[in-house]
Amino acid sequence: MKYDVIIIGAGVSGCAIARELSRYQLKTAVLEKEEDVCCGTSKANSGIVHAGFDAAPGSLMAKLNVAGSRAMEALSKELDFSFRRNGSLVLMFDEADRPRLQELYERGLKNGVEGLRIIEREELKKMEPGVGPEALAALYAPTGGIVCPFGLTIALAENACTNGVAFYFDQKVTGMERQEDGWRMRTEEKTYETTIVVNAAGIYADLFHNMVSETKLHITPRRGDYCLLDRTTEGFVKHTVFQLPGKQGKGVLVTPTVHGNTLLGPTAIDIEDREGTNTTQAGLDELREKAARSMEGIPMNQVITSFAGLRAHEDGGEFIIGEPKDAPGFVDCAGIESPGLSSAPAIGKMVAELIADRLHPAANEKFCGTRRGILNPAVLPKEERARLIQQNPAYGAIVCRCEMVTEGEIIDAVTRPLGAKSLDGVKRRTRAGMGRCQSGFCSPKTMEIIARERGISMAEVTKSGGASRIICGTSKDNLQEEKE
Amino acid sequence: MKRYDIVIIGGGPAGLAAALAAREQGIHEVLILERDRELGGILNQCIHNGFGLHTFQEELTGPEYAARFIQRVKDARIEYQLSTMVLNISPEKIVTAMNREEGLFEIEAGAVVLAMGCRERSRGALNIPGYRPAGIFSAGTAQRLVNMEGCLPGREVVILGSGDIGLIMARRMTLEGAKVKVVAELMPYSGGLKRNIVQCLDDYGIPLKLSHTVVDIQGRERVEGVTIAQVGADRRPIPGTEEHYTCDTLLLSCGLIPENELSRELGVMISPVTAGPVVNESLETSIPGVFACGNVLHVHDLVDFVSQEAASAGAAAAEYVKQRPGEDAEVTLPVKGKGGVRYTVPSMIRPGRMQEEQVIRFRVGDVYRNQYISLYVGDERLIHRKRPVMAPGEMEELKVTREQLSGCPEGTELLVVIEDK
Repeated sequence: MKYDVIIIGAGVSGCAIARELSRYQLKTAVLEKEEDVCCGTSKANSGIVHAGFDAAPGSLMAKLNVAGSRAMEALSKELDFSFRRNGSLVLMFDEADRPRLQELYERGLKNGVEGLRIIEREELKKMEPGVGPEALAALYAPTGGIVCPFGLTIALAENACTNGVAFYFDQKVTGMERQEDGWRMRTEEKTYETTIVVNAAGIYADLFHNMVSETKLHITPRRGDYCLLDRTTEGFVKHTVFQLPGKQGKGVLVTPTVHGNTLLGPTAIDIEDREGTNTTQAGLDELREKAARSMEGIPMNQVITSFAGLRAHEDGGEFIIGEPKDAPGFVDCAGIESPGLSSAPAIGKMVAELIADRLHPAANEKFCGTRRGILNPAVLPKEERARLIQQNPAYGAIVCRCEMVTEGEIIDAVTRPLGAKSLDGVKRRTRAGMGRCQSGFCSPKTMEIIARERGISMAEVTKSGGASRIICGTSKDNLQEEKE
Repeated sequence: MKRYDIVIIGGGPAGLAAALAAREQGIHEVLILERDRELGGILNQCIHNGFGLHTFQEELTGPEYAARFIQRVKDARIEYQLSTMVLNISPEKIVTAMNREEGLFEIEAGAVVLAMGCRERSRGALNIPGYRPAGIFSAGTAQRLVNMEGCLPGREVVILGSGDIGLIMARRMTLEGAKVKVVAELMPYSGGLKRNIVQCLDDYGIPLKLSHTVVDIQGRERVEGVTIAQVGADRRPIPGTEEHYTCDTLLLSCGLIPENELSRELGVMISPVTAGPVVNESLETSIPGVFACGNVLHVHDLVDFVSQEAASAGAAAAEYVKQRPGEDAEVTLPVKGKGGVRYTVPSMIRPGRMQEEQVIRFRVGDVYRNQYISLYVGDERLIHRKRPVMAPGEMEELKVTREQLSGCPEGTELLVVIEDK
């Protein structure tokens, strides 16, 4: 079968594009090298919906950031994911930096960001009482927001899937050839044919681009280390607190998450390894020091995990969206670093329109733009929750005690479209294992549920697909072999 | 709404002993709420022996020790509900719980005993840098997988932390056919019991590296190796001392944290040292009628002492329900640790409410040899006892009698100190 469109990469950009394309009568597929959606840059970032004052006026980044941010609230309702406009603050620590703060303000105005204000320490202190003593003034952006990056990406993917987009996992694209009317793509085990290729390969997007175009791209994986604090710290910080940006991006931020945790990060360390998501002591130390400047008394004893993500930094520092002149039918969506998450809804639209202009597809009349997320019984009124448990007792059984996730939610996560296959898949969909014990108590139970619902053995359950098996055998199995 | 005189949160060793003691004091309406599928708590996965030497004068396995208490609870017809999670306790002692059968329900309690136990410190809380592959387990999770699910978590193992569970798991993994390459301990001393170091490491030739920690974890999908380095007096790694170990599994036994989320929401005052509730002689928290015992109060080494402590809490909860006022209950004596004594449980004693004899449990912050433990009541040194060795891994205790404290004026401080003479 020949596809109309194949998207490489099931990150937030790929999934946003897939969902927009599902509005048309197109045969669309997504090829993802990992076992699930949202496994690369999309899963390890700040979860921020930027107001849009950072990017240079007139740039694609600026345009898509502001458009994406404006679209996010409605989208969060259509697709049922967590999003909140908590407002953001960019701190100025040194009077000498005032021109730069002013510049940021003016840039925001030019980009069309609403409600921007420069506030002085007194007001800043009222808005964010824990702000560091060095902070003299700040740029306040009331439209800044926070989003669950897994929630957003998974929602887009599920909606695309129910509207007819095919997702193929563990499909690492290894080669691409131009054909008379489209492309032939090879993965390790299969070949796919398509009229149009969308390159949403994140950190690998330059490799695919360079296979087909003479105008070369170069992406540097820019690692960002993060620390996540327990939900016990909810309320420690209300806004997303940035520092005045330098050359290496927006610097370290301190922010609440939509789930009530506190997040510190990211560092910005350019590396070569495209899979180098390991944290380092130096990175974590740097993070701690920098974050301490923004907020006083960060309760570092409440850290429950640290992680690192890679931003796909293209040398030009701009989103690259569209067809290279020498590769018609190949649509780049490359260099999607911050504000990529914020821009995703707008990126999806832009790329889909671009493809629609080429293929002139008919509208998909069966398209349904809404999706229900996994039901969180904790938000229901008591009576409704009681009724739910009566109907489905699995909603009465808590599996993850830290995040209070029930068996019902985990079964839903595993059995719904593009359901979770691994512990991390369940974690990103339900938060089971994301709390303070970091899956110490719930992982054996979650493994059991995954094994049961997917009809596999405990030994086949993985943390995140591939070779990430949790257990490697049964007790004394190799001792028995020796005896024989 | 159902009503019970005493609701006990948790059916592990602490909850069981508290329930039995409350019943012995004549309280009939006692209910145990347990979140797991069976009573006995973490003892169910502790299939090694060494339990019960103090309580039963014999060496039992964890499940055997639990079984004896469970049998007594059943014989006494004490009510319990399994697979039931408590979601909230209100200051009015309305307990909100949930399970499959009854859904969400509320119980009114005359008194509440907190016996939720503890959890293990995770890799994330330790902030160990490196990748985040499969194969990193807290020792207790691995213990559950091996002993209850029959699974082998890995074949080549490095263990960080020499807490008791880590030591026990070094032996267990060896017995199950895995190779335990090394146990690294950040501190210059082990956090576990001496007998466990001998029986679980020395007997199997497993090296223990004190003042060492894991500084890197390799492997993207499954653990492929870890790097261990020596640490200085500041507990920071010393550059140049790194050693690489090939392994597929890293077990962590780096401390236990009392699970006081419910207690915090209830508004119980929590000690920053123990991470457990601040309690008086009756093991009553800052909220009257709410008691705490076992590992939710402070982390114990031996279950026998958990049972003892929990029995006191259960009896005190019974007293509370019966509302028998003590004599001159208004006199309160603060109990404090000083000079190497990290904390004491209880942290206050009301002589008018105390039993004939009161146990004060505490931990020291370092290894002390040939030092004295003293108890001062005001300026008077009441107890002075030589101890050949004291270590952070072994809980210490002192006993005072009601007679010794009678007549103390309000506010007289009880001070537990380590002295060199």
